[in-house]
Formats: sequence, C-alpha cells, structure tokens
Amino acid sequence: MTDTQPTGDRRRFLADGIRVAGVVAAGSLGGFLAGRRGYAAESRWQIDPDECIGCGNCATYCVLDESAVKCVQCFDMCGYCDICTGYFDPRYKKLDTAAENQLCPTDALIRTFVEGKAGQNFYEYTIHVEACIGCGKCVKGCALMNGSLYLQVMHDRCVNCNECAIAVACPTQAFVRLPSARPYKLKRAAVALIRRKSESGEDDTGDARRLIERVNTDA
Amino acid sequence: MHDPPRALPVASERRASSPGSRGSAFPPHTVRRVPPFVRACVIGVLFIPAGALGARGELIPTPKFSDHAIPTSTVPDVGSEVPMVLDVAILLGALGLASYFTLVIRSRKHLLALTVASLVWFGFYREGCVCPIGATQNVALGIFDSTYVVPIATIAFFLPPLVFTLFFGRTFCAAVCPLGAVQELVAIRTATVPRWLDHSLGLIAYVYLGASVIFAATGTAFVICRFDPFIAFFRRAGNTNMLIYSASVLLIAFVIGRPYCRYLCPYGAILRVLSTFSRWRLSIPPGACVNCRLCENVCPYGAIHPPTVTPSAQSRARGRQQLAVSVVAAPLVIVGFTWMATVLAAPLSQWHPEVRLAEQVRIEESGLAEKSTDASDAFRNSGRSKEDLYASGIAWREKYRTLGGWLGAWTGFVIAVKLVHLSIRRKRDDYQAERSGCVSCGRCYWYCPVEKVRLGLIQDVSEAIDGAKPGASSAVARAPEDAAV
Repeated sequence: MTDTQPTGDRRRFLADGIRVAGVVAAGSLGGFLAGRRGYAAESRWQIDPDECIGCGNCATYCVLDESAVKCVQCFDMCGYCDICTGYFDPRYKKLDTAAENQLCPTDALIRTFVEGKAGQNFYEYTIHVEACIGCGKCVKGCALMNGSLYLQVMHDRCVNCNECAIAVACPTQAFVRLPSARPYKLKRAAVALIRRKSESGEDDTGDARRLIERVNTDA
Repeated sequence: MHDPPRALPVASERRASSPGSRGSAFPPHTVRRVPPFVRACVIGVLFIPAGALGARGELIPTPKFSDHAIPTSTVPDVGSEVPMVLDVAILLGALGLASYFTLVIRSRKHLLALTVASLVWFGFYREGCVCPIGATQNVALGIFDSTYVVPIATIAFFLPPLVFTLFFGRTFCAAVCPLGAVQELVAIRTATVPRWLDHSLGLIAYVYLGASVIFAATGTAFVICRFDPFIAFFRRAGNTNMLIYSASVLLIAFVIGRPYCRYLCPYGAILRVLSTFSRWRLSIPPGACVNCRLCENVCPYGAIHPPTVTPSAQSRARGRQQLAVSVVAAPLVIVGFTWMATVLAAPLSQWHPEVRLAEQVRIEESGLAEKSTDASDAFRNSGRSKEDLYASGIAWREKYRTLGGWLGAWTGFVIAVKLVHLSIRRKRDDYQAERSGCVSCGRCYWYCPVEKVRLGLIQDVSEAIDGAKPGASSAVARAPEDAAV
C-alpha cells in the first residue's frame, strides 16, 4: 500500500482518531457496565413457585435432554395426606402405588407410610431427583390442596443460557433472574416456616438452614 | 357405569386459589366406588380439614409425628463451572494468536488449526455460551435496564474482539468465533454471490442488530440467542425447528461462504464497520501483484476486489451525479423508513409476552378463540383486572410504535450510508481484500504465488500459476481489463 499522498495522510489521521475514540468508548462502556453494577450480582434463572402453574413446559423446553427443572417438596407445608392429589391420578383405579394410579410419569414421587393415628394414615412424599423430569404434574395436583410440591431450576444441572428456553415458553412469566449467590426461591407461605425451623432447635440435620441460605427471599 | 370416575379433573380445572371448591373435589359417585376404609381416609384427610379450612384458605396442617421429624428438602449448589478468568484468558489468547497468524506469520495452516481449536473449546466444550454475538444483547439490556447486571465475563467477551478488530481487522471472525469456525470449515465449494445481492443481503445484519438491541433493551427477548443457528450443534440437542434451521444454514454454508457471518450476524455487522478503520489488516500480495486472480477466485466470501481502472471523464461525471443523488436522497430514505416502520408497532410488540397475553385475553373475551391458553387461564386466576392488562398491552404497543420508528430510522440510515458508500470510488492498485468484508481466513495466503515466493516455496511466480491452474497465465494478461466492472 502506498499511502504517501496527502489524501492518504488525512485518511490515516482520521482512522487513528477513530481508533483512539473506539478504544476510549470501549473502555468507558466496560467501566460503566462493570463499575456501576459490580460483579456480585450475576444472575441465574429460577422459577417463582408462587407464579408457576405446573403447565409442563419445563420438562420439554429445557435445552438439556433431561430438564434442569426438578420438583421440590416443602415438607413443612405438606399435609402428609393419604389420598394425595399430587400423587394419585384423578382416574385412579385403586389407591395403591401401581403406575396407572400415579400422576407422576416416572415414578419419581415416592410414597412412604409414616404413622397411623386417629383413624388416619399419614404418608410422606419425597422426590427421587434422578427420576424427576420436571413435568409439574404433581405440582398441579398438589396445588389443589396445600401446594407443598413446587418446581425449581437445579443449578448443578442448569447451564444458565443467556435466554432460558423455558422462560420464553413459560405462560405465566414465572421465570426470574436471581442473584447467583442465592439462586433459589420458596413459596411466600413457606419462607417463614423454614426460617422459623432453621432458627428453632428442630433443625437437627441443618437442612433448613442450608435451604434458607440458598433461597432468595426478596419479593 | 363404564366411565372411569371423573372426580379430580373437575377439581383440577379449578384452582387452588378458590378454596371454597375444595369440599366438592370428590363428587358422591366417586366416593361410592371406593372401599369404606378409603372413604374414611377421604373424609378424614380431605373433607374434615377442608371444612376446617373455611373460606380463608388455610393449609391442611402438617401433622406432628411421635418419632418422625419433618425433613427439609435441600437444593444443590451452583455447579462447578469453568472459571471465568480462564475463559477470558483463552479468548484473549486466541485473539492474539489469530492476529499473529494473520499479520505476522501469514499462515493459513496456523489459522486453520486455531479455528478447529476454537470450535472445539468455545463451540463444543463451552457449548457456544458465552459468545460475543449474544453478549451484544446483555450489553444493550445492561445499558437501558438499571436492575440488570451484565456479568463481568460477558463484558470481557464483548469488548476485546471490538478493540482487536480496530487494530488487526476481523481476526476474531477468522479463527476465534465458534460460529464462524463451523462455517469456515464447511466453505468448500462456494459460489460467487452477485455483488448487488451481496451488498443488499449484507444490510440485513444491520437491521437484525437494530432489532435485537431494541428487543434486548426493552427486556422483550434475546433474539440472537433464540435464533443462533449453530447452538443446536454445539449442544448436540435442540427442538425440531432449531435442528431444521441449523441444518439449513449449515447446508447453505457449503455453497455460500459464511452465510450467517455475512448476512445475519449482528456482531459481525459491528466488526465490519470497525474493521474499516483497522490499523493493520490482512493484505495480499506481499510484493508486486502479478494479477493472477487466484486470490479473487479462492476467496469464498467475495472479499477480494480487483484493481480499479482509471475511470473515463464520462464515468467520473456519472459517478459524481450518483453521489449527489444518494447524498440528497439519504435524509428522505431515513424519514421514509421511519414513517413506514411505525406500522410495525403491532407485529413488533407481539414479541412482548404482556402484549401477547393481552391480545389472547381480548380474543377470548370477544368469543373468537376456540379455547383458552395456559397463560390466559393463569391470568384469570391471578386476580388482575382485564383493564389493567389491556392498558399495559396498549402502553407496550405505543412504546413499540416509537421503537419501530427508531428501527426504521436505523434501517434507512444503513441503506443511505450504503448508497453513499457505493457511490464513492476508491483507487486500488492491486488485488486487495476489502476492509470490511474480509474475515482474515487466510485462504489467499495459501494460493498467492507472490506469497509462495516470499516463503521460499517456489523460485518464480510462473511455477505456481502453471501448477495451480493451467492456463492461468492468460488470466494474468487479461485481468486488469476485466477488472473494470
């Protein structure tokens, strides 16, 4: 390239000016974005369980083969019902654990007898996380009663896409970005219960404290 | 009674938010079909507590057990990730290497190796996230939404390629970007896109950039990520539509070099502009050009342009006239597009979930919808008033009238600049890579006979030309005249 003519000099000067301006602009944009907000509050996707309607999109829209969304049981909200509306298919033939009687398509909700008293049998319902596909069928069923079952994005699985595919498909805009330090949510009704449990002496295992430490309790 | 007991579906159509309906969850015929033991449980667990719930919607109490503590579910920690610092360091390293390979050692072979490495790391291992292309949206949202925090990693991915491009040309596109890398590796038998079509399609990227910034800044959608053509390959998963789209873009990339980079990539659009002002860039040939046209033929992206001929006085006059017309037309184009684009308010605003919901509810209310959607059902159960939703929907649509106008103005501006740019003639003495269009892939280095002489691979230019393309020597003589087009 032979840029020895005056036009060449002028053009080069202009280009130099633009480059300097570009670098300054890039630097100030970076400074503006980084400095004003800080590093602390990077976000992760989460479901607001109070907004979730258990539509089933979480099972199918996640970019992972096995959805990062799983069901969580809030035992402190659970009625330990015998006829659990989250466990039994409304068209059940018998109230037993046979597959055709269950709502859960993958047998991920486990029913365990706890105690019988005052003529009632009480069962505990736990989630088998590996089997759960996040379809929300049990969540929808449970919502008829106490609503103790709820869906959450599991952050050991979630790849934190820039635009969560489930969030796009979510009919109730239940997906929110939460600061990654506390990337989980509880139902509003459960926050006080779990907090009280964590602060009382009942929390032998420390699980309540561990949960409340991971939960974002902002509105 | 052959029908299965349809007890709970009736109830499931109601919501938990209507506690008064709980008592009727099991109609009598269902209870008749179940054994007395179960009936007792139904009455015990369901009916009595439900009666006790009353209208206040209290929960069935969690029982106190004699020797069973109520457990608490735990949730997993954020999984271990590749440290952000490592990712950024690799990005900077790759940018540096790409620039070094392009400008200093001028080696296609090295660039190709780096391309494969970037594809493996940023594409298949990191699964295409974070990428600077999508980071454009985070930056746009971060600027306009003070509640959104742009992760440092995203900023660190967005800015360095811009600065590198200002100094070294589009070396990011050459061998760092995983999307570019996929297309680079399949650009084997590429056809030449006619100049006029290439220029026209190239404008789409700028419009796409404008639209994606508007959608991102308003928090409506991240369209670049949603329509990323290669993310399905990187993840080796995706829905049917994504896979069809990805496969189509990839198939097109076999016959048209880098279709995404040239005609769609919004980040590429920014880089094209910046590359125009780059301090150093890929240049061919390293010595006196022999006008063999090999570089022009081999460039799959139509980025190498022939030397210009001295225009005749008549053609100069025509050129001046064209420039004058395009400069005068520029404001008209901008105003025209702004005006036209305000009609885009309705379709653009439909990308916003609030507007979609408002429209759906409106359609259902007017009895035109066959059935309600999950979203509209949820809205009716939320207790929010229709008027509130409609007002919000209308507000968004009005906002999009303004934003559509801005998008139109931007489109008009881009077209006007293109017209003016096309009217300005530039003098080229040699075959040269176009400043904006060249992605520094280095294919021309591989073929240029002058380059081969420089590297000492051959003694004289004629060896390469005869060897590489029989009869090319006639092209040498023909080239300057042909180039007048």
